[in-house]
Order: sequence, then C-alpha cells, then structure tokens
Amino acid sequence: MTRLALLSALLALPAWADPTPAEVQKIMQRDFHPRGQATMERLAQDGVQRVCTETRDRPPAEVAKALEADQMKTIAFPQGSLMGDWKRGETIAQSGRGLTWNDKPGEPGGGSCYNCHELSPREMSHGTLGPSLRGFGKTRGASAEIQRYVYGKIYNAKAYNLCTQMPRLGLSGTLTPEQIKDLVALLLDPASPVNQ
Amino acid sequence: MRAIALAAALAVGCAAACAAQAQDAAKEIQRYRQMIAEGSPAELFELEGEALWKKPQGPKNVSLEKCDLGRGAGVLKGAYARLPRYFKDADRVMDLETRLLYCMVTLQGRSQEEATKRVFGSADRPSEMESLSAYIAAQSRGMKLDPGVSHPKEKQSVELGRALYFHRAGAWDFSCASCHGEEGKRIRMQDLPVLYKPASARPIIATWPAYRVSTSQFVTLQWRMNDCYRQMRAPEPNFGSETTVALIHFLTATAKGEPYRGPGSKR
Repeated sequence: MTRLALLSALLALPAWADPTPAEVQKIMQRDFHPRGQATMERLAQDGVQRVCTETRDRPPAEVAKALEADQMKTIAFPQGSLMGDWKRGETIAQSGRGLTWNDKPGEPGGGSCYNCHELSPREMSHGTLGPSLRGFGKTRGASAEIQRYVYGKIYNAKAYNLCTQMPRLGLSGTLTPEQIKDLVALLLDPASPVNQ
Repeated sequence: MRAIALAAALAVGCAAACAAQAQDAAKEIQRYRQMIAEGSPAELFELEGEALWKKPQGPKNVSLEKCDLGRGAGVLKGAYARLPRYFKDADRVMDLETRLLYCMVTLQGRSQEEATKRVFGSADRPSEMESLSAYIAAQSRGMKLDPGVSHPKEKQSVELGRALYFHRAGAWDFSCASCHGEEGKRIRMQDLPVLYKPASARPIIATWPAYRVSTSQFVTLQWRMNDCYRQMRAPEPNFGSETTVALIHFLTATAKGEPYRGPGSKR
C-alpha cells in the first residue's frame, strides 16, 4: 500500500517535460515495428523504466528502496557455488551479441561487459561508462557472500541501484545462469586475469 | 598503415607499460581520426546522388529536380542546413530523407513500399537515399545549421525528440542518455558525445551524413537512429516516422548555429 501511494504521488507530480512518458510510449508503439526477436512488447515500460524516465534517473530514496526490493525478488540464485569458469567468462565478457533484431534467437548472448567496464588488463579496448572492475576480487575475496552479490548484480542490477544504466542481464534473458556464474569467476577467481 | 599499427598496439597485451601504451594508443587514435577526416570518399557518393537527382524514375517518369526541400522547388543551396522543418503541403515536420521520400511518392508517383524497400545500403551498393543525401547535404557546406523551431509543430517535434532522448525502454532499459548522457565516457574505444548539450552536439551533427570508414558505407542520420535502436534492443523504428524525425530535429536544434561541414568521414 505504501509503495503504491508513493508511486502514485510521484507520477501525479507535474512532469519535467512535455510530452509525458505515457504519451511517448504511445507514439513509439505507433512508429515502430517488430523485427526478428525484437518484439513490440519491449516498448512497454515497466515500473523501473517509468520511474527512472520520470525522475531522469534520480528517484526519491523511498521509491528507489521499495522498487529495488521488488527487483531483488526476481533474482533466482542457484544452489551451491556460484563460481564458474573464468576462461569462459572472459569470452562472455567480450561478446556484445544478444537480443538485437539481427541476432539469431537461441544463439548464446554475451555480457557486453567490456563495452562499459575495464576488466582484464590484457584488454585495452574497454569502455568507461561503468566503473573499472580491474582487480575486483583481489580486495574482496571470493566468499559465498561476495559471489552472491556479484551474481545478483549481473542478474538484475536494478535490485541494487534502481536507475543504473546496466542492463538486467539475467532477467532480460540475455545471459543464462551458467554464463553468469562464469562471469562471477572472471571477477572473483584469483587465477582470473582480472585479479592479476 | 597507421590503422594497422593501432590495431596491433591494441591487440598486444600489456603488463607494466600499460599506462604508457594507453597514452600511445590515444595518440594513435587521434592521428587515425585526422587521417580519415582528410581524404574523404564522400564526393563519390555526391556524384552518384547528383545523377539520381536528375534521373527520371517511377510511374510518372520524372526526376526529383522539382522537389521542394524548403527553399522552393529544386533549390538545393542551403536547403539541408535548414532541415528538419515543417512542410505545409505534408502538414508535418520532415528531415531530408523523409522529404525525399515524400517527393518520390508525390512527384515520381512511386509507392511508399517501393521507395523504402532499401533505404540503407551496403558497402558495395549504397542506397538511393544515401547518395541523394550526400549530394544535397554537400550543398549546405559552410552554412549554419538553422532547423525550423518556431512553428507549433516544430516546437512539438523538438520537445518530443527531447523526451525520446531520455525515455528508457527496451530489453536493456536504455535511453539515448544511457550512453550519451555523461561527459568523457567511452564505449570500448569510441568516445560518446553528450548530444543534448550544444557543445558536444555541434561538431557531431555538423558532419552528418558521412562516410563510415570502419564499414566502408555512406551513412545518414535516419540510419544512425535505426542502428542505435537496434543496439538498444528495441524493435525497429519506421523510416521517416515522427519518432526518428523528432530525434533528428532535437539533435539538430541543439547543434543550431554550427557551420555545416559534411558530408565528412567517420570512424
């Protein structure tokens, strides 16, 4: 109830710009067509996208907290160790494939990690949209707790920071649980180049 | 050669000399960019575009020479620099490509379907729209970008473009600002201009359309919008739709006043 009240209070505020996100969505529904696996449902904003659009990625703390808690419930943590194979993880981190209209459905996607993050020092062609993750596991270790954090963050980054630009790679179906485990290893395994 | 040296520099792993190497790579990229800006093959597309402009086509077997791009029928000088703008005959805002399509349909009697069948070309076969864009844009060189911003429908279009720029949607929750929202960021090695700010938008918008060295293709702003939405994991925007025109309109309005210096070359 509180969550609903907060949300409706937020959405009732005068919009920062005209037209409203609902109007924009309607125009996009008219102006786009499905192609390949990129269906029209993708244009329907969910609560997270709506709130982040409305607030230009600065949601009020209480709204963010409530919606992050909802997002946390979407994460299905596998049983046992969450550490896969860092070598496979490196390949997944390099790949920018998946979910576009010219990607073949069913073919393995990538994490597009290097598009935004520095990871292995061997890869100099990395983006800077996200923080550098070089040496990530060195200071944090590889405890069950940190594995769980990294797995969850990759699966659904919005559970930790509502309006982050990082995609929800597990929830969106971009990466499989096995692939996410491999990325956990890339970040946390002491033998991974990330931690050299 | 420098491009190869750069690729080699990027491929070689680095250990201790990483920082120095990164600096060298940045310098190499700068040199590479300068090199591609100098010898541009855009003129080849301009010539092809001129031939297409004058070629009788469609059921009416007429050329596009009577097409009114906003400065009067057939006037090309400075036309591109004043787009997008509102056109009374079509009662909507149009960018260059949308207006060309309108002329193909109204003057040449072609169907929308036929004229949009292949709007984006390939390295070995550019599209009619791309060549025409090169030819027409070239005739605004040196002129300040001055899109229409006073008609109510023009104002509405710019505002829609702005809203679209910040609208988060798609399988990866992106808006344009997800990548083009903060100064000094890169995707891989590519710098990302913050296109809602005039200082960043001006030099970028003033050089579109352009020859793209990495894919050997001549690319237009409609293509740029299309391919961004593809990478955003959205469905495909219709060519010349209000959405793509509004975004191009918003970006051009943000770059207003910058002397046009395309069609140039891009990475």
